Amino acid sequence: MSGPAGVVRPAEVARPQRHYLNETPGLRAWLFTLDHKRIGVLYLVSLVVSFALGGVFAILLRTELWTPGPTIMSADAYNQAFTLHGAIMIFLFIIPGIPAALGNFALPLMIGARDVAFPRLNLASWWLYVLGASLAVGAIVLGGVDTGWTFYTPYSISTGTQVVLITLGAFILGFSSIFTGLNFLVTVHKLRAPGMGFFDLPLFVWALYATGLIQILATPVLGITLLLLIAERTLGIGIFDPALGGDPVLFQHFFWFYSHPAVYIMILPAMGVESELISTFSRKHIFGYKFVAFSSVAIALFGFLVWGHHMFVAGQSALASTIFSALTFSVGIPSAIKVFNWLATMYRGSIRLRTPMLYGLSFLFLFTIGGLTGLFLGALAADVHLHDTYFVVAHFHYTMMGGVVMAFLGGLHYWWPKMFGRMYDERMGRGAWLLLFLGFNLTFFTQFILGSLGMPRRYYNYLEVFRPYHRASTVGAYLMAAAFVWIAFYLLQALWRGREAPANPWGAGSFEWQTSSPPPVDNFRDLPEVRDPYDLTAWVYDDAAGGYVRREART
Amino acid sequence: MRGAALPALTWLPPQASTVAAEVDRVLYVVLGISAFFLLLVTVLGAIFVWRYRERRQPQPGAAPSGNLPLEIAWTVVPLLLVVWIFWVGFEVFVDMATPPRDAYEILVTGQKWTWLFTYPNGYVDQNLHVPADRTVRLVMSSEDVIHSFFVPDFRVKQDVIPGRYTKLWFVAPQPGEHQVFCAEYCGTSHSDMLAKVVVHRPEDFDAWLREASDFLNRMGPAEAGALLFRTRGCAQCHSVDGTPGTGPSLAGIFGHAQRLADGTTVVADEDYLRESLLEPTAKVVAGYEPVMPTYRGRLNDREITALVEYLKTLGGSR
Repeated sequence: MSGPAGVVRPAEVARPQRHYLNETPGLRAWLFTLDHKRIGVLYLVSLVVSFALGGVFAILLRTELWTPGPTIMSADAYNQAFTLHGAIMIFLFIIPGIPAALGNFALPLMIGARDVAFPRLNLASWWLYVLGASLAVGAIVLGGVDTGWTFYTPYSISTGTQVVLITLGAFILGFSSIFTGLNFLVTVHKLRAPGMGFFDLPLFVWALYATGLIQILATPVLGITLLLLIAERTLGIGIFDPALGGDPVLFQHFFWFYSHPAVYIMILPAMGVESELISTFSRKHIFGYKFVAFSSVAIALFGFLVWGHHMFVAGQSALASTIFSALTFSVGIPSAIKVFNWLATMYRGSIRLRTPMLYGLSFLFLFTIGGLTGLFLGALAADVHLHDTYFVVAHFHYTMMGGVVMAFLGGLHYWWPKMFGRMYDERMGRGAWLLLFLGFNLTFFTQFILGSLGMPRRYYNYLEVFRPYHRASTVGAYLMAAAFVWIAFYLLQALWRGREAPANPWGAGSFEWQTSSPPPVDNFRDLPEVRDPYDLTAWVYDDAAGGYVRREART
Repeated sequence: MRGAALPALTWLPPQASTVAAEVDRVLYVVLGISAFFLLLVTVLGAIFVWRYRERRQPQPGAAPSGNLPLEIAWTVVPLLLVVWIFWVGFEVFVDMATPPRDAYEILVTGQKWTWLFTYPNGYVDQNLHVPADRTVRLVMSSEDVIHSFFVPDFRVKQDVIPGRYTKLWFVAPQPGEHQVFCAEYCGTSHSDMLAKVVVHRPEDFDAWLREASDFLNRMGPAEAGALLFRTRGCAQCHSVDGTPGTGPSLAGIFGHAQRLADGTTVVADEDYLRESLLEPTAKVVAGYEPVMPTYRGRLNDREITALVEYLKTLGGSR
């Protein structure tokens, strides 16, 4: 296939007439598709709807906090708003988030597979997601929930709100997550292209693999815990209810045994995306491939041993708190290794500040803040003061939103041309990114100050001294809302008006960029040759193609 | 105060307990390390983005894609630093978990949505009054859901759990007033579950306790009854606005006929109300379980009279 100039232009670079988006039209063909790419798109649409719903609750509660005391709603309505904001964002957006939407689309392409190992299970995963989400929405319609997304007992046993319905929803969503994780594990083991070893995998695949391990090992515990809570509420079995001899703190142990590893279900795929973005847009081989890869696995394993750090002041023994504090810091090390390797990747690169890279750089900055503020909370005596204050709220928004959501957006902008075959408006992409970045820091940096001053979380009313910080935070939230509307606008606009995307707009080296944009139903006409996915030197920009093409050998 | 050595970092609340300065020392250690690493990552990132930007460097330069000594360095250095952070956090935590001997003990009850502080002489207050410069130990439990006792100025926090006791101690060196928050979400009025810590001069504390305990002489009987109603657990089961709870609402009860569980009727006069406090299961109102504990021995005659006088003032239709 090599031409005289040494430039390879494989047949699939040309945009095909028929591809996975238009091969079989009709709603039925989409809703019951077994194609991992279509399932990824179905997930993407559902996740965006959930994110918008969770965002509406966020705006409502930030508006309520414009003044102390009542502003636009009652205390009970506020308690529901923060519960639903948290529950929707966690269970319906950020846990499935990157794996289900971007991972489903990209993982089989990246390893040169025709599809995931169990396409029907993959479809079932999405349908379970829809069912679980419907139950959650049903709980909102039938009166809402006011327990906080953590469902702590005994409050969740005694409140009159729709706890059973929403926990049943979360239970079902857990299976959706298990199906995805199981599918990815088997896919990575069994369906890699011939000759592709584990160390030839893109780091996003490593990250999804480590995520899959947590999904199948930790999620069943959440299922058991939520079933026990439902049994406690409906049958009074007396395992958590102190009035029946139960232990309410036991619930916290069970809950965090899943929900702490779950934060790594959220952040690991984001770290995988980050590795792709930093390498591609620095035009450099990733630095320390094996360290970045194994640090994902290390985070997945250490993540199981630290759940008790949520309970330093919850009444667990001082000895238990001490052990959990020591173990907690072990998770910080692999995260630090990743950050330094990403920085080293940028060294002497040729850095292109395209929209995905801007999100990649903001991830690096915001996740570093999120990670470092975790050190305050892991240190026992400091946590006593900061626990259950806005400091914690700011910390996890820096990791979850500054980290995961920024990486999600970076990955979305990165793979958007591949998913839909269209380029978005780059200037609007950068503008919306800047607005989002500023709004984010205004919203959440102020909350670090609020928390260290002693402002407790989940407060409807607050002391007058906290007002300026709350106001700044609310203004920041409005800026972010505007940025999200802007992003939705230009991404949708791209579908109709965007210029056609080349096969490889960014010059990345992994397999998915060596098939057409959008890919054909069966992913590849000819399977690309297995090479180091981070050796980018052979990929050069070609004006005629409007994107990068591979130069085989320099003449 | 011990914390006066670090006056520049004024955004933290005042250091009003002996452990506050110790906790802040931990915060400063972590803050210093965090600031260093954030600066390192940000400055390096900014330099790289500037120096190696596409326009200045259209092609990437030659650089290795790995370096073992570097990897070891940025694994081991952070590891040593987090061990240090763990250690300083642990040291102070052990101090905070170990109360000195001879503490002045106060019982704390968390309930939706007030704090009750019970003194050794049986007096109950809705604010926490303590002597300055003396170890105070709180033995805490909850009547309903989990609450959390949090005083930012003292840097102390402890969850308060139904069905067991949790403990917390502090020494407040100076007289003053400090805010108590509930830090564990507990429902509708969680954010109004506030109280004050009032630190008295050591020589004034006993006088305060004596006078406060003497509220029956200071207040009119109905006013004293209202205080007892809030602080002795009545409001847990009996509303005063007509809403039925574990027990019947007491709105407008006085002088009205009550239908009893055995089918008879009784007019709620002074004697009936008194009997209901001392022999609660003798004449139970229809529709309610005989679950109220007796107050015989827990309320004296003057307190019972005060409560009855208070109940007489409760209007409202039933």
